[in-house]
Amino acid sequence: MKYKDYYSVLGVDRKASADDIKRAYRKLARKYHPDVSKEPNAEEKFKEVAEAYETLKDPEKRAAFDQLGSFQTGQDFRPPPDWWKQFSDTQPEFEDIDLADLFAGLSGRAGRRQRGGPIPFPGQDYEVAVQITLDQAYHGAEFELDLSLPEYDEMGLPKRVPNKLKVRIPRGAVDGQKLKLTGKGGKGMNGGRDGDVYLNIVLAPHPLFRVTGHDVYLDLPLAPWEAVLGTTVRMPTPGGAVDIKVKPNTAAGRQLRLGGRGLPKPHGGAGDLFAIVQIAVPDSAGERERELYQQLAAASSFNPRRSFEEDR
Amino acid sequence: MKVELTEAIWIEDSSEISIAELAEQSGLDEANLRDLVDYGALSPVDPTAASWTFSAECVVTARTACRLLNDFELEPNGLAVALTLLERIRALENEVRRLHAEMPHLR
Repeated sequence: MKYKDYYSVLGVDRKASADDIKRAYRKLARKYHPDVSKEPNAEEKFKEVAEAYETLKDPEKRAAFDQLGSFQTGQDFRPPPDWWKQFSDTQPEFEDIDLADLFAGLSGRAGRRQRGGPIPFPGQDYEVAVQITLDQAYHGAEFELDLSLPEYDEMGLPKRVPNKLKVRIPRGAVDGQKLKLTGKGGKGMNGGRDGDVYLNIVLAPHPLFRVTGHDVYLDLPLAPWEAVLGTTVRMPTPGGAVDIKVKPNTAAGRQLRLGGRGLPKPHGGAGDLFAIVQIAVPDSAGERERELYQQLAAASSFNPRRSFEEDR
Repeated sequence: MKVELTEAIWIEDSSEISIAELAEQSGLDEANLRDLVDYGALSPVDPTAASWTFSAECVVTARTACRLLNDFELEPNGLAVALTLLERIRALENEVRRLHAEMPHLR
């Protein structure tokens, strides 16, 4: 079994008071709780912190943890002989046990002891963040989910059970949406329901497309002469390239809307695609180009800053 | 080992649920849920009905509430305030995302 130093996770001394432990936990929880934190790896960090606090806040579990001895985090260790006897008559196989499952099992068993006899116990629910690409949002996606779940036997002894799921996400999932896999979480015990798995969809950024809800935006760069003369351009959309007509005298900032060319919606229909016109200029114009622009400048009476002269 | 394919379903496609089901699926007890309704952080489909039902999306809010309640040891009013603020942040983040999407990205 791998050792985890719960005291160093919370940043407290082994002799810390219950109050110190609570204070340290609360400070770290405010920093890393996935519901309120924007820190990278917040979820992982909070899991460690919560696991440490779960054991150290309970005097019985803390005493049991202290009796394990002191090792480096990650170091392989075995509890001292007879350590287990204070909780149970049987000794579990320690090799594949996670320290957190072990201490969680202690409270589970104590609960069952108090109530005298087996009571229904629901399986654990899971929330998993799933990052999908824009292409997957458009077409739907299949992927494998690896949820290694702890299961407890009738003595409350934990065992890691591998749980691989193949999951299909329907088309039209966008950022912030939630999906559910009913009954695919931890197994319920004594007739309790099986847990559910909740998927939180995160849409990965795309180099061209910007998504809001089911609408998709992209920049459409035009050369100055294309914007003035009008043109037909081949433009990428989430569903594949389309040819669109740009009318003559199209100003920068104009939005060309392509109805229904955004992302599909879960219950039919689709968002729109908006192409925002930009006037692009070459990094450096060639000699001939400069000449033509100079002729244009001389011939044109166009004043792009007429608005500056109004209201005077 | 053959792994069967599981179809993920939209939360909002699940049918309305009773307060007992919401309690079971969120981990909160019914008293907590009633507090959240009283403080305005959770809304039943028909607040005047004899027995409340909730839209399936309420599970998401109630599960968040359960995590905050347990992990921060909050009292009900503080919990309702935290949930309301989280909802406002979510709405503002959506607004920022919309504005960011609509803004041309000049190179």
